[in-house]
Amino acid sequence: MADFKIHTMAEMAAAGEHPDVLFWVGCAGSFDDRSKKVTKAVAKILFHTGVKFAVLGTEESCTGDPAKRSGNEFLFQMQAMNNIAILNGYNITKIVTACPHCFNTIKNEYPELGGHYEVIHHSQLLQSLIDSGKLKVEGGDYKGKKITFHDPCYLGRGNQEYEAPRSVIQKLDIELNEMKRSRANGLCCGAGGGQMFKEPEKGNKDINIERTEEALSLNPDVIAVGCPFCMTMMTDGVKNFNKESSVKVKDIAEMIAEAIDF
Amino acid sequence: MLSSLLFLLLFGIAVYFFTKKIKEVNRNINLGRDVDLNDYQSKRWKTMAMVALGQSKMGTRPVAAFFHVLIYVGFIIINIEVLEIIIDGILGTHRILSFMGSFYNFLIGSFEILAVGVLAACFVFLSRRNIVKLKRFWMREMTSWPRSDANIILVVEILLMSAFLIMNATDHQLQLNGSQHYSNANGIIGSFPISSFLLPFISGISTDGLILLERSCWWFHIIGILAFLNYVPYSKHFHILLAFPNTYYSNLKPKGEFTNMQSVTNEVKLMLDPSSVPPPIEPNASPRRFGAKDVQDLTWKQLMDSYSCTECGRCTSVCPANITGKLLSPRKIMMDTRDRLEEVGKNIDKNGASNDDGKTLLNDYITPEELWACTSCNACVQACPVNIDPLSIIIDMRRYLVMEQSSAPAELNGMFTKIENNGAPWQFSPADRLNWAKEEN
Ligand code: SF4
Ligand code: SF4
Repeated sequence: MADFKIHTMAEMAAAGEHPDVLFWVGCAGSFDDRSKKVTKAVAKILFHTGVKFAVLGTEESCTGDPAKRSGNEFLFQMQAMNNIAILNGYNITKIVTACPHCFNTIKNEYPELGGHYEVIHHSQLLQSLIDSGKLKVEGGDYKGKKITFHDPCYLGRGNQEYEAPRSVIQKLDIELNEMKRSRANGLCCGAGGGQMFKEPEKGNKDINIERTEEALSLNPDVIAVGCPFCMTMMTDGVKNFNKESSVKVKDIAEMIAEAIDF
Repeated sequence: MLSSLLFLLLFGIAVYFFTKKIKEVNRNINLGRDVDLNDYQSKRWKTMAMVALGQSKMGTRPVAAFFHVLIYVGFIIINIEVLEIIIDGILGTHRILSFMGSFYNFLIGSFEILAVGVLAACFVFLSRRNIVKLKRFWMREMTSWPRSDANIILVVEILLMSAFLIMNATDHQLQLNGSQHYSNANGIIGSFPISSFLLPFISGISTDGLILLERSCWWFHIIGILAFLNYVPYSKHFHILLAFPNTYYSNLKPKGEFTNMQSVTNEVKLMLDPSSVPPPIEPNASPRRFGAKDVQDLTWKQLMDSYSCTECGRCTSVCPANITGKLLSPRKIMMDTRDRLEEVGKNIDKNGASNDDGKTLLNDYITPEELWACTSCNACVQACPVNIDPLSIIIDMRRYLVMEQSSAPAELNGMFTKIENNGAPWQFSPADRLNWAKEEN
């Protein structure tokens, strides 16, 4: 990132400093080209709103979520305990992440293994920045655009957060159109439970096609997402219908970052 | 007198067999692993009151919810009437509760109105299942028994309600005729807003004929109810009883949180720190397998879930895997678990607890193909009107496949290896984790 430097925890600790919040980037956010754009958007918002944050950088490792959902509890706990050792070593108390899977795992499944942190999803952070007046958002390019929000399972049903992402993008003066299956009834994008890493079982349709169809039926300009896996699945779905030039798939943080003039 | 004895005998037999079956079910449920769910009692009562008593999760489908409430309220309230029927049966009295006066009349009147509501609901439900043929009642796991089960209950309900109304009508007519035993010096007891319409059809019948009809309906009604009581534990209608304990013991944690396996924690701690002291091994504890291969590997709550399942298929109708044609159906997971548990129970009764019948829940009932199709999206858990958690069974069975059999799909094994080797489910070097920070936007 050209305009500012991302600090790692190691650097901060060496300088005797402590961040307000640790930004847990996650594997997709670190390595997947599309998701890296979301990571940068989050970092940009954090920097420009004056939040003192750090990342673990090369000390970060997979939370173990895909292993746990696939039944590999051993691997999950190995990952979890190593991560907890590092987080506790830095006395981390607050974590923000743009991945609902990391969010759910660290928030709900790390405590029993000794990792107790306040964990928030980036939609919740954005909302609190807006509420506290630190982040001012105006419509910009998204004003009046038709947008539908696809609920991530592990944010929505998994952790009962349906409103934060919606209220954040509504600050952009958009026209929010809900899919029939939304909030608690939202349909999965098809990537959870380890499905991201394997071919689907035999069936008559791919889940992301079913979901993209539903989103496209609303003729949106943007399908808003809040999860790197949903991002991949919905983007592939839109491509499948050859709609990528007219329908964008965007993370809520990207939409906010684009709309503000830092 | 004779009829009182006969009634007592029948009643005793019905209660005996019902108790016997309940004990068997209780034994079966307790074949499951232990799990402590006695925390947060006030929250649990609240959940039970909302979800079981208040049917708060039915509302997502308003038509079904409306008629279901009719049957439900009808069922509960008409049982108050059954109480009177039973006392009358034992003592040989006539409408013993009528000392309540006008309130009694109000009760009987509202029972009649409810009975009509129940009748209407039963016809609507029968047509949804058999004429409209709603998809979720005709899926793969809805073989002939589960379909008949639903129809049997609805037909029995219709017959019982009809008997109740005819019984009231004949009773009313007998009172009007001033027949001995039925009539009362203070006038007509009971209020009959619905069954009065039947009077023109029976007014011509002789007193003996009326008494015969009234007694037949009375016996039919009471025998029907005793039979229904004994049918319930074999049927999907067990939910009318089990919905209450099952929602009381609901999972109160966030749905995204999966259980922690303490047995694994102990081993991982030893691996990471060989100097840590392993917890003492209980002397008689048999080594537990990781995950679930058969019903005994599940918790008692998961087994109670299976007995509580209404087979409504709400879970399956929202399951992304099932919607897109995969074999997985969360309802089938629950029905299979119950069928297998009943089979295990019968085998224990026949051959003793240590006998192995050579079958397991995995493979003989639920195939790995079904298990691997799940996205762990929790839609099934959210949809279930009695707070059943099919996902937890799926995950426990995956744990067995992975940790005991190493038989995950090859791509998932690849993903595991990558996490082990480079700390990410994809092949990237951990050293590149922060590259994004150096890239241009
Ligand atoms: S959690 Fe699994 S079984 Fe349940 S609805 Fe989602 S995909 Fe289907
Ligand atoms: S698990 Fe719940 S939603 Fe599914 S069929 Fe049984 S009662 Fe219905």
